[in-house]
Amino acid sequence: MKTLNRRDFGVDLSLALAAAILLPATKARADDMEVHIDNFVFQPAELKIKVGTTVTWTNRDDIPHTVVSAGKFRSKTLDTDDKFSFTFTNAGDYKYFCSLHPHMTGMIKVE
Amino acid sequence: MSGHDHGDDGVSRRKVLECMTWAGTGVLWTVTGGVPRALGIIDSAQAATAAAPGMTFLQISDSHVGFDKPANPNALGTLEEAVNKINAMPAKPSFMIHTGDITHLSKAAEFDNAERIISQTKLDVHYVPGEHDFIDEEVKLYRERYGRGTKGHGWYSFDAGGVHFVGLVNVVDLKAGGLGNLGAEQLAWLEDDLRGKSKSTPIVLFAHIPLWTVYPEWGWGTEDGGRALEYVKGFGSVTVLNGHIHQVMQKVEGNVTFHTARSTAFPQPAPGAAPSPGPMKVEDAKLRGMLGVASINFKQNEQRLAIIDTPLQG
Repeated sequence: MKTLNRRDFGVDLSLALAAAILLPATKARADDMEVHIDNFVFQPAELKIKVGTTVTWTNRDDIPHTVVSAGKFRSKTLDTDDKFSFTFTNAGDYKYFCSLHPHMTGMIKVE
Repeated sequence: MSGHDHGDDGVSRRKVLECMTWAGTGVLWTVTGGVPRALGIIDSAQAATAAAPGMTFLQISDSHVGFDKPANPNALGTLEEAVNKINAMPAKPSFMIHTGDITHLSKAAEFDNAERIISQTKLDVHYVPGEHDFIDEEVKLYRERYGRGTKGHGWYSFDAGGVHFVGLVNVVDLKAGGLGNLGAEQLAWLEDDLRGKSKSTPIVLFAHIPLWTVYPEWGWGTEDGGRALEYVKGFGSVTVLNGHIHQVMQKVEGNVTFHTARSTAFPQPAPGAAPSPGPMKVEDAKLRGMLGVASINFKQNEQRLAIIDTPLQG
């Protein structure tokens, strides 16, 4: 694989790269949380977390899903076993849904 | 059904796929006396094709090219088998409608593969997108390939055989907790498109997600589908064709006939019959009873939801 310098990336890509680099480090934190997608359902559907917590969603269905909270975060389309992580730095209620199957909804309560 | 020997000694993978295609080849429609009627899926419709006096057109759906999970490890292969059956029909239909989910993940290669196989029918194909066709980052692959001459996110209308066909897009701007969505812009366009049409013009609306509420718990319906149906209320013959739910369902309400097509890729469970609408992974031995074939009868004046699935066995 070709080695890429940071300057090869645009702003968005370098942010993505930074997130990819930071992820393994934050993953070690004890209070990080996971949400699974099974059978078109976010489990758990509601999660209470503290500010600074990283939540990782994993799609365990054979059908692609997304994780979208309007104006807050938006995953790429997650194929089977793909993951998406987001670190919550502000308190509040974050409603989210799957933009492909909008009847799938979830909530992250950050305090 | 003759030609398909389903013995009790188990069904091989190959046989399973054969059955699946058989179940999902496509629906053949004829328009006689201004009323579209389903002749059935291709195998059962073949005899009728030659005799059908009116225009005939085909509907296929939910090819999910790129899908490779256990429910069907080769969705491209089953699409190809469906196309082979279409090509073997004694009379060539006038054109084909594809009601969405051409691809599984909106990848360029998936669109390429689908096109390579479907173009072998040498039929004009009128597409509408499924939600799986709109998941590339910039949502442009579908529109670049199929969106020419369409409005908005890909809606359009055309006339054929005295029938006014309208392709609608209900997989964009889906709202949290909601169902399929047409949106104000498209509805305004539809109202305008139908304005001035003689009420005796047969109308065929086609979209990916059912315009009628099949099962909201699984998102099987369109939030503002009722608005579209209001616009066609006064017409003498209205046919609404969908895919998305990978099974045959039909209902008749007044002058409106609703029909959903099977997938050429994998079956999905009946509403509420499983924990989720995900692909049905069934044991080979059970599959024959669950796939079913097909007689798609025209149920005039039947108000209740008619699920017209005939199991292969039992």
